[in-house]
Amino acid sequence: MAEETRISTAVEMPPNQIDLPIENMRLQSSPYIAAETSIPKVMYNVVIALLPVTLWSFWAFGLRAVGVMASSILFMLAFEYFFARFRHPHQEAWRQTLDGSALVSGVLLGLNLGPTSPWWIMMVGALIAMGLGKHAYGGLGRNPFNPVLVGRVFLLISFPAQMTSWKAASWLNRDADPLLNLDAVTSATPLGALKEGGWSKFLDAFSQTDLWNYILFNKGGCLGDVSLFMLLLGGLYLLGRKIITWQIPLSYVAVVALITGVMHLVDPAHYASPLFHLATGSLMLGAFFMATDMVTSPVSRSGQLVFGAGCGVLTAAIRLWGSFPEGVSFAILIMNGLTPLIDKWTKPALFGAVKMKEAKL
Amino acid sequence: MSSAKKTAGSVFKNGLIVENPTLRMLLGMCPTLAVSTSAVNAVGMGLSATLVLILSNVVISLLRKMIPEKLRIPGYIVVIATFVTMTDLALHAFFPDIHKALGIFIPLIVVNCIILGRAEAFAGKNPVLLSAVDGLAMGLGFTSGLLILGMVREILGNGTFFGLQVLSASFPQVIVMILPAGAFITLGLTIAAANWIESRRKNA
Repeated sequence: MAEETRISTAVEMPPNQIDLPIENMRLQSSPYIAAETSIPKVMYNVVIALLPVTLWSFWAFGLRAVGVMASSILFMLAFEYFFARFRHPHQEAWRQTLDGSALVSGVLLGLNLGPTSPWWIMMVGALIAMGLGKHAYGGLGRNPFNPVLVGRVFLLISFPAQMTSWKAASWLNRDADPLLNLDAVTSATPLGALKEGGWSKFLDAFSQTDLWNYILFNKGGCLGDVSLFMLLLGGLYLLGRKIITWQIPLSYVAVVALITGVMHLVDPAHYASPLFHLATGSLMLGAFFMATDMVTSPVSRSGQLVFGAGCGVLTAAIRLWGSFPEGVSFAILIMNGLTPLIDKWTKPALFGAVKMKEAKL
Repeated sequence: MSSAKKTAGSVFKNGLIVENPTLRMLLGMCPTLAVSTSAVNAVGMGLSATLVLILSNVVISLLRKMIPEKLRIPGYIVVIATFVTMTDLALHAFFPDIHKALGIFIPLIVVNCIILGRAEAFAGKNPVLLSAVDGLAMGLGFTSGLLILGMVREILGNGTFFGLQVLSASFPQVIVMILPAGAFITLGLTIAAANWIESRRKNA
């Protein structure tokens, strides 16, 4: 019976419809050469780049930092799945949760918080980052603002008390239990101290400390601010793997150095030296890991230079004349908002296109 | 709305729900965002606007055949400004606290686009009774939109509900909800909820 059916269909089949290897004859538009890169690959590379500073912050701040980082990542993944589930079936939502972008967001949020943050700070931050920063706009690739910074600025404005009670790294007070670091001493961040009393007063206050050892390896502040050296290590790894381009970090850092340098020359007693400004705060974390977010920064290389310079101007202005000691988050968010405009202005010429002036000749 | 015969009931439902000025038409955003920091302010603002809306709708509907077509906007503004001035003085006399909290936004009811919009779109073309119902419904729609924003922002940002402490003092206050950014966040989420309910209603 079954054999009869098969024979009859074979006869009815038109002779020209032979089984062609159709997958070899696909018609599609360019690009034809696909690079071997994918969202998870990029994201897990960023995680690798953030590992040194993360591990160093665990060492410097103790178990509290581990708790902050773990809860930040967990809440971020949970809310990613929760909001993705609104628009997608389980399988797709699960795939998006595990594509690494939420993991990077979680690590970055953790690095942007102080080691004594209570658990609900991470929960609210992840909720706002994922809900309002990312999925309200349609998920990864469609968000105009860096989700982590949206979450962080929301926290900073809403809970100033919890967000600015910094603890010194345990290296500074060896008497306290270095593992738990429960008796961590409240300390001002270098930028906070600078805002309080200007450059000369800051130098007096920190004259006991080996300043460069302090800045490179155990600065007080957010988890991610603890070690400039480890941050730069990660940033250079990303540059080497070509995950980020040099345009944004370089123009960002250069413009901050330029503006703070000029002001330091004008009034050395009040304005700190440019090297100090480059080394403190979250400037390096922002310049290498936040401003370079592919989704929210310009596409063209010249646009990236403009973007970085804009971030630099705003950061320097907020630090020197604003009411907040640090302005990296605000600066990057504002420039995120200008990114579509920058992309429009700096559209690269098409290959082979002739400029209007030359065409008239 | 235009095709079906207007009854008091349909006009009322239209103003309160179908064309809710705050959540469906997005009119009067300036006072909505500015004064919805607390539920009391929201109710004060909403009811003041409702009063002006009813009275101006009635008077404009009465005068609708006398006001020349080309001069209707200045005519409407004179009527509206009269009632706003009366409301402003009455609030100042009887509710000085609310008057102080609302500040400039009471005189600004003169240029509130809901009121001029209803004068232009409804009261200038419809009989007196229906215009009064329309004013009441639109005013209550505006008040309800303001009240939703005011309640959410006051509870989250200040831990109080109409001035009463509802969240314990240890519960952290989300200060951003009292700030302008919180107004935009709450408004956006409330409109999203209204759109979601509307789409469910249409599909059902």
